Amino acid sequence: MYETNYHRASSVEDAISKMGSADDAKFVSGGQTLIPTMKQRLAAPSDLIDLRHVDSMKGITIDGNQITIGAATTHAEVNASKELRAICPAICDLAGHIGDPHVRHMGTIGGSIANNDPAADYPAAMMALNAQIATNKRTIDTDDFFTGMFETALDEDEIVTAVTFPAPAKAAYSKFPNPASRYAMAGVFVAKLKNGMARVGVTGAGADGVFRHEDMEEALKGDWSSSSIADCKVDADDLLSDLHADNNYRANLVKVMAKRAVEASS
Amino acid sequence: MSEGIGARVLRKEDKRFITGNGKYTDDVTNHGQCYAAFVRSPHAHAKVKSIDKSAAEKMMGVEGVFDGHQLTGDGIGNIICGWAVASKDGSPMNMGAWSALATDTVRYVGDAVAVVIADSPANARTAAEAVMVDYEELPVVVNAGEAIKDGSPQIHPEAANNLIFDWEIGEEAATDAALAEAAYVCEMDITNNRLSPNPMEPRSAVATYDASEEHYTLYTTSQNPHVARLVLSAFYQVAPEHKLRVIAPDVGGGFGAKIYIYPEEIVCLWASMKTNKSVKWTADRTEAFLTDAHGRDHITKAKMGFDKDNNIVAFKVDTIANLGAYMSLFSSATPTYLYATLLSGQYNIANIHANVRAVYTNTTPVDAYRGAGRPEASYLIERTMETAARELGVSPADLRRQNFVTEFPHQTPVIMAYDSGDFATNQDAAMKAADYAGFEARRTEAASRGKLRGIGMSSYIEACGIAPSAAVGSLGAGVGLWESAEVRVNPVGTVEVLTGSHSHGQGHETTFAQLINDRFGLPADNVQIVHGDTDKVQFGMGTYGSRSGAVGMSAIVKALDKVEAKAKKIAAHMLEADEGDIVIENGEVKVAGTDKTLGWHEVCLGAYTAHNLPEGMEPGLKEGAFYDPANFTFPAGCYICEVEVDPDTGKTEIVQFVASDDFGTIINPMIVEGQVHGGVAQGIGQALLEEAVYDDSGQLLTGSYMDYTMPRADDVPSYVVSHETTICPGNPLGIKGCGEAGAIGSPPAVINAITDAIGNNDLSMPATPAKVWAAIQASQTKQAAE
Repeated sequence: MYETNYHRASSVEDAISKMGSADDAKFVSGGQTLIPTMKQRLAAPSDLIDLRHVDSMKGITIDGNQITIGAATTHAEVNASKELRAICPAICDLAGHIGDPHVRHMGTIGGSIANNDPAADYPAAMMALNAQIATNKRTIDTDDFFTGMFETALDEDEIVTAVTFPAPAKAAYSKFPNPASRYAMAGVFVAKLKNGMARVGVTGAGADGVFRHEDMEEALKGDWSSSSIADCKVDADDLLSDLHADNNYRANLVKVMAKRAVEASS
Repeated sequence: MSEGIGARVLRKEDKRFITGNGKYTDDVTNHGQCYAAFVRSPHAHAKVKSIDKSAAEKMMGVEGVFDGHQLTGDGIGNIICGWAVASKDGSPMNMGAWSALATDTVRYVGDAVAVVIADSPANARTAAEAVMVDYEELPVVVNAGEAIKDGSPQIHPEAANNLIFDWEIGEEAATDAALAEAAYVCEMDITNNRLSPNPMEPRSAVATYDASEEHYTLYTTSQNPHVARLVLSAFYQVAPEHKLRVIAPDVGGGFGAKIYIYPEEIVCLWASMKTNKSVKWTADRTEAFLTDAHGRDHITKAKMGFDKDNNIVAFKVDTIANLGAYMSLFSSATPTYLYATLLSGQYNIANIHANVRAVYTNTTPVDAYRGAGRPEASYLIERTMETAARELGVSPADLRRQNFVTEFPHQTPVIMAYDSGDFATNQDAAMKAADYAGFEARRTEAASRGKLRGIGMSSYIEACGIAPSAAVGSLGAGVGLWESAEVRVNPVGTVEVLTGSHSHGQGHETTFAQLINDRFGLPADNVQIVHGDTDKVQFGMGTYGSRSGAVGMSAIVKALDKVEAKAKKIAAHMLEADEGDIVIENGEVKVAGTDKTLGWHEVCLGAYTAHNLPEGMEPGLKEGAFYDPANFTFPAGCYICEVEVDPDTGKTEIVQFVASDDFGTIINPMIVEGQVHGGVAQGIGQALLEEAVYDDSGQLLTGSYMDYTMPRADDVPSYVVSHETTICPGNPLGIKGCGEAGAIGSPPAVINAITDAIGNNDLSMPATPAKVWAAIQASQTKQAAE
């Protein structure tokens, strides 16, 4: 790792101000991607501004049907929340299967979606749950937030502060892990929303990162069953090929994981 | 409780390992120690036009920056291959030069071109990044089959078409004739996937030069410190042997990768002299992936012929072995004498011919990795047997059994003379443990759950304790393959055993101590096993090829025989009895049939006080022995794997794995079972998960655990392990060896099970979910067309 300057932000405003006064700073939350990258000398920010201790960005709030998860909330906290599990068990289960215990106790939901790794789990859930991404500047619709591999709509001086979404009628996440990294090789989050819509978020497979599968959504809207999506086509041309799996295999996995998620949904 | 032969004694060494008190090379810290960082080629093949060290030399903490011209200028010799394998036309192998720091050409990604010595790891690494190397990129070839084609990039001037040797064994004409007469010929195209060894502890070296004594000390992660000293002295001219001490302290796994003497150790020694500083280098995991010698990487075409009664009549094999960019220490022996000599398997085969072409490519050097040649042979034979049985429509178990060798000794057509074994009993035990007969019911039940269930068998044989020295010498080995031991009995009766074997996970401190318990009845706590230091142990050949039991312990037994004989002489004199009447048991020395007894410690003290020794006897109780085996040993066994495949995802789950092995005499069953568990896990890793993959430009795509799939606890099943023993007649304890069997026998069992489940024999390792799913699609398409 190259030398860097560490700053602990006390508030969102403090973080933004520290970002403005540093040379080439990066925000860090759980650091589960950034720190290993720095250790390999593949990233060398002059300053790190730590968001994990900003109280206003932590915790889970449930207001009727609305769920708000602070950006600095760890995966372990999401997994363990009884209140959240009572109305959206799918997101708790997803969080409980990210990485390993170390990652789950350090990594945060805000860090995960701001990094937008094409194989991360949370982006699929955000898409399927039709989440609103709150930042220090504005609220961004989830469909506008994820803009490509490791790309988001965030400005350089913009911080995700929380995510908000309505509790779904039914939802589940099913992923097939990459045998080596155990990131999602294909992960599908399906949600039957209380407004009657169905949404399907797909991670790990898309050549441009997370995406929604609208044919499946249409089929599931009419009939929430795995058989309803049996004839939906997953276009392999839009999917990733790498040494672990080609795009045809990933297309198959997307369909299989979607079916399994629908069958598991509650 | 007995602590002798056959007892499940808990491992003495685990106390320090599991409490974090092991002392590894990286734990060694010397006063004023500096750190080495290597400048490595980012290109798989390039000319080195210039190296500009000036910026790096001025950086903080830098003691020196050195390149290959300085190294060779100081007379440091090129890295050698220790086994000369000639081509079938009699010409010697075409070995290219390998300098520890490349001078003119780099030949794989990770090839070192310079080294920085600085006062901290960070300063060394930062300065290494400031060394400016001007490369002119050259064309690259990574696949061995491509490398030997006309027009492929030429990697070493000494090896036209990158061909190192074109070697054969067996009678080609007779084999061809038998194949032509065969009623049925099974033809196989088999690839044995390239593996990264991945010991938990990365390679490390700490070198210290004492200018006043002109003496070097090297701590290093070695499986064979004496061989390292010999090679560093005799071939690399780092220092003469008496001016070089090599210590391999606790070593965290080797698997073959720590047999060899690598550029980094040579450079650290030389740099410690150049800078007059103690120099430490410890590989990071990326360096381990890039520079630890890889394993396997064969491309093979094979034909096995059967007569009308399904007896094997001939086996013909054509293999291309990828040796990487340079010839590592035993790289030539692995795909020849450790591979093709095992091609008879457990079977009576009258005619065998194998041709092996060894080839340079722009990849990491390839050498022995757990099993070394024997996994490649076993995979080839056992996949062929299972496939032949399916094509002939007979039981794979029966086809094997009718062809088993049943009389010993048995001379194969490919050098080996099997000395013992009972292959049918192994097979019986495995089939019973696996409920082989009840499989079809389990297949039907699995189908009702939507799962494809399959069963696969592997009846492997391997060769351990490679020997005798004169024979391996005649085949081209540059070293003898004996072992030494010294037993030092202290005046108080405690015992130190100095062994040339080296423990890097095997549990020698426990197993070897059990021999002393068995002989004299001393508790294991009264025995210290000393190994891994050239200043303590006079010489040794180290540990690899499952040789520590069959060869290393045999040397200890010979030394114990001498100690026992002398102790009896002393006791007979002290007790005024006949030497032939003395027995030693339970820590006491007795005159048989009388109540005359001495404590073991009294005899030992008597040896050292020398007040009352037999006339003319030298004082002391210390004996050494060298043991050179008369033959290889031949562990064998039968493995049965049962899998369930999810047809929707191609994911394989191993639902049962049965191992029935014949390792000869077993000293500590718990440690032996652990060896089988670890070996089978490595074999499952090869079969399902692991592969070192290069892209066409020679970049290693699997350079971290994000892409290289190491087996984890949830990838492997609980094993059902048993032993069916025949005693090895070739050594005093009857030991065959157990260290590699699991990795040798298991891959074909796993793949045979999957191919049975999915109904498609065309499947290569690693059988990843993506590959298995594609194979299922292919067989469905084929069925639909039929």
